[in-house]
Amino acid sequence: MHRIKYLIQKEFRQIVRDKTILAMMTVLPIVQLILLSNAASNEVKDVRLTIVDKDQSAISQEMTNKVGANDWFTLVGTTFSEDEAFGYMQSDETDIILEIPADFEKQFYRGEAPQLQMLINAINGQQATVGSGYLSAIIADVNQDILVNEPVLFNTKNRQQTATVISNNWYNTELKYPHFMAPGILAELTALLIIILSAMNVVKEREVGTIEQINVTPIKKWEFIVGKLVPFLCVGLVLLTMGLLTSKIVFDIPIRGSLPLVFAYGIVNIVCVLGLGLLISNFANTQQQAIFVAFFFVMIFILMCGLFTPIESMPKWAQTLTIPNPLAHFISVTRKVLLKGSGFYDIRWEFIYTGILAVIFNAAAVWTYRKQV
Amino acid sequence: MSKAKVITVQDLTKKFGDFTAVDAITFDVYEGEIFGFLGANGAGKTTAMKMLNGLSKPTSGSGTVAGLDVIKQTEKIKERIGYMSQKFSLYEDLSVVENIQFYGGVYGLSRKRIKEKTEEILTELNLQDVAKKLVKSLPLGWKQRLAFAISMVHDPAIVFMDEPTGGVDPKVRRQFWEAIYEASKKGRTIFVTTHYMDEAEYCDRVSIMVDGKIEALDTPDKLKEQFNAKTMDEVFLKLVRN
Repeated sequence: MHRIKYLIQKEFRQIVRDKTILAMMTVLPIVQLILLSNAASNEVKDVRLTIVDKDQSAISQEMTNKVGANDWFTLVGTTFSEDEAFGYMQSDETDIILEIPADFEKQFYRGEAPQLQMLINAINGQQATVGSGYLSAIIADVNQDILVNEPVLFNTKNRQQTATVISNNWYNTELKYPHFMAPGILAELTALLIIILSAMNVVKEREVGTIEQINVTPIKKWEFIVGKLVPFLCVGLVLLTMGLLTSKIVFDIPIRGSLPLVFAYGIVNIVCVLGLGLLISNFANTQQQAIFVAFFFVMIFILMCGLFTPIESMPKWAQTLTIPNPLAHFISVTRKVLLKGSGFYDIRWEFIYTGILAVIFNAAAVWTYRKQV
Repeated sequence: MSKAKVITVQDLTKKFGDFTAVDAITFDVYEGEIFGFLGANGAGKTTAMKMLNGLSKPTSGSGTVAGLDVIKQTEKIKERIGYMSQKFSLYEDLSVVENIQFYGGVYGLSRKRIKEKTEEILTELNLQDVAKKLVKSLPLGWKQRLAFAISMVHDPAIVFMDEPTGGVDPKVRRQFWEAIYEASKKGRTIFVTTHYMDEAEYCDRVSIMVDGKIEALDTPDKLKEQFNAKTMDEVFLKLVRN
């Protein structure tokens, strides 16, 4: 224990003197949070629409007006010609083409259930699904209006009793995007920086040659690893705190659950990613190698952590692959605890999985650390 | 020499794949002597030394350092030896005092002993004025002497030095050798590699390694006699050319 104290003291002295690490702990989380929480948005706000109106009737006019008045849509053009509309689609000027066939109104009043055609540019799947959803809702609305306003035309038998679904947005009532993103980015940022910092730190000692001097002392392998873990755990907690403060001050994110729970889980998670960072450092001789290997993991972790694509909508095998991804658990915990106010029981699996990973990574780091070649 | 042996080496060999870096070397080092370990670049000096201080695992052969086995008791050996590597190995972003504290702590010295040691080193090297300065701000010669002092912070019986005077000016080299004599007077055994042949003259005994083998081992005077040479330089060149 006596030796570890000196290892930790030395590490803290170096960290405090390293201006890069200080900046990484303070400026980086603030900038990234502000930038990414706003920019990395999945919201579909601006769907570009072209209407091919072959009917030129009262109904088609009303539909055009309704769509035009809606904030989600920008009407790129109304035209008679399908070819012209396809041209817009080709040159990526429109996302959806709505075609109203000739005699639409006539058929409608005859009760023949005429069909509208919706052509969707599905290159951007998100935009396509959400956009067509919006549009369908508007069309249904118009449909309903006519049925209600002109009851004479329809006998009571035809009048359908429609069940309407009213949705309530729980946990993020105002659908504020940063509220959803900030807790995730916060977790991602902490885990990511810690992997890179720890991997680089040990490799730097190898490059400079100080590690050889350490290896010729009677230090035990686990003492060396713990001597690295503790100081960088503190760096991680500072990062987490800075991130939470920024999120609270800038975005006023709700903190519904217990902060000590977030920090308790944060400690487990940081120890886990530190273990991975140290493990990487054991296999790298230069900082360049270390950063490349670290990047390999970091890229997979980020793309499969549920920050940008919900884990629930991934294929089953991919969902299983997120289990050994500490980032996925961290993001899940911050979102659950901060936004939903979840307690320990709700996040027990995140604790268990991360705990197991932490033991595996750190044991492997101690085991693969070689004092002798 | 009736003195006790502190290092014994029997057929010590290190292979890297097909390449034999150290080829069955055998020698003894006696207590308190300055043992020079000479050889051209790539002759296997550093590898041989690393096998003795536990950084490298011997492929075959046996040996003892301070009475401890070099294969089974490497961690115990590390408590008894000091090592100054070829690469400068102090923390440049720590101050002089902080480096002494750190290595003292790592070798398990008590807080009180670390304090005493710090005072001792600062006085001996005349570094009181720069005690709180970062090591990177010191001239190379000072750094090297500090590294030497710190390698002995735990009062080891044997100190291994791997080309300690590489890249320093003649004046500092002289000072450095004075420090080595000083340490030797205190009863420490010094095991030093070098390729400055004038330094070989300062050693009690020298061994000369060529291509992984020890080709000569004796006092500098006897070696010169044996090879009919005026200086160690000549001895070395005769050996390497053959």
